[in-house]
Amino acid sequence: MNPVEQSMIENEQTLTLFGHDPVWLSIIKVVGVFALLVILVLFTIWLERRVVSWMQQRIGPNRVGPQGLLQSLMDGFKLAFKEEIFPTAADKMVYILAPILSCVPAYMAWAVIPLGPEVSMFGVSTPLQVTDFPVALLYMFAIASMGIYGIVLAGWASGSTYPLLGGLRSSAQMISYEIAMGLSFVGVFLFAGTMSTSGIVNGQIDLWFGLMLIPSFVIYTIAMVGETNRAPFDLPEAESELVGGFHTEYSTMKFALFFLAEYINMLTVSAIATTLFLGGWRAPWPISLWDGANEGWFPIIWFLAKMFIFVFIFIWLRGTLPRYRYDQFMRFGWKVLIPASIAWILILAVIRTLDVEGTWSHTALIAIGCGVIFMLILFFVRSRVGKKERKKFVDEHPIERDYKPFAGGHPVPPLPGQHHVPVTRKSNVIEGTTEEVNEEVRGG
Amino acid sequence: MGAEYIPVLLLGALAFAFAVFSVTLATLTGPKRYNRAKRDAYECGIDPTPQPMGGGHFSIKYYLTAMLFIIFDIEIVFLYPWAVSFGLMGVFALVEVILFIVTVFCVYLFVWRRGGLEWD
Repeated sequence: MNPVEQSMIENEQTLTLFGHDPVWLSIIKVVGVFALLVILVLFTIWLERRVVSWMQQRIGPNRVGPQGLLQSLMDGFKLAFKEEIFPTAADKMVYILAPILSCVPAYMAWAVIPLGPEVSMFGVSTPLQVTDFPVALLYMFAIASMGIYGIVLAGWASGSTYPLLGGLRSSAQMISYEIAMGLSFVGVFLFAGTMSTSGIVNGQIDLWFGLMLIPSFVIYTIAMVGETNRAPFDLPEAESELVGGFHTEYSTMKFALFFLAEYINMLTVSAIATTLFLGGWRAPWPISLWDGANEGWFPIIWFLAKMFIFVFIFIWLRGTLPRYRYDQFMRFGWKVLIPASIAWILILAVIRTLDVEGTWSHTALIAIGCGVIFMLILFFVRSRVGKKERKKFVDEHPIERDYKPFAGGHPVPPLPGQHHVPVTRKSNVIEGTTEEVNEEVRGG
Repeated sequence: MGAEYIPVLLLGALAFAFAVFSVTLATLTGPKRYNRAKRDAYECGIDPTPQPMGGGHFSIKYYLTAMLFIIFDIEIVFLYPWAVSFGLMGVFALVEVILFIVTVFCVYLFVWRRGGLEWD
């Protein structure tokens, strides 16, 4: 029997663990995951506010509860006691339906996230995962797309300009990045030979797919930020352009549901990243030397720790990067991520064939992955993409070389080819001439 | 068979119940102070732009993106079963998928050349 058939049989055996829970146990698991998600979301919101504050040299919420931990819960209560407002122009049915449509799929995605191995729960041995089936990730992919309906319908039903634009942008953005996301899964399926999440975790006992398939991992990590509408890809709710985007017209708990869905989605994509690329609930290397690390209830700690690494990266990105422009964002998705993932799939298919034939080792694959990433970094560092456009723009728009910062009576930034005039400070100027110099800088 | 799908429905039902509860909660707990201005569309204080019938016009780009999405999503749907059962088919699968991806890639290049991926 060759190793591929062997692993297929193992995958099927993993799946036989599921679907035998008595109903009461299923209900306990479902309620447990639901409660876990609510707590994690409240914690993540607090974490985000604290971490961003820390990055911006502020303090952040620290009054309600120890270290401000209860702040997000209290915000939720506050929203529950707010006045309900239905905009006159809103389509009332769809307006109410949209937050529900956005929240339910977000929860449902967690049905297939593996949190741990088999544990004993009230005397019954059961895997620490709500359920699993042969098409678990396809299901996840489908249910994640359902969330888009909530956002589009919210934007449309509000009967207002900004939400409509936000909803449209959001749908275009999410479907664009979903392609890259879906293509990055293919590499994992090739090597795991299964789409069930527990099977994929089992496939990473020796080596994480994140190390083996570095380009897939990188593409997924970028796509997941685009998919969850988070900074620097938070165009649907670009505050400076669209007020609040699709949820501008929402208040009370309806708004809270959108907020909840957004954060659950953030946790979901982080959980998928952990499951697919970082070995799921299995303990990372130094801890895995301890025999008990992968047994009982401990793995849930490793899982959450890995997941919160991604959550922290999300927050870090938000604290660091400015927002993309819409056309740059779409160009990046369609012209860089998609062809890159398709090319990588072709390379992987060839490698996998050699792998099955037995003339190839995983070390070589890691080396290729590192090489590809190194080339990409080199390409971006030395890239002339922006420079060429800028030069074209300057050539096409001959402008006055002398830059007037207050041309037309309001401050304007320098155009390409123009330069800032050094700021005149009082200390640089001889007493009495300051006013004249400033007049000159303003352009008269 | 099928028993493993039941917890999904349970989770969905719980989430749905929670969502419906949250949506209806405000009618019971919130204050009711009617004010016409509150119910106008929010546009930073100016009179809201009147909406044309049917929600106005969208840029054709959005429809184009949606159609391109369908093409690539179908490609993904074909690639998934291929990837899962790749080990059983060997070289045959490799040749087939190269033919398939090259075909889709031609479509992609065509769209690119015709400016379907340009945003302004």
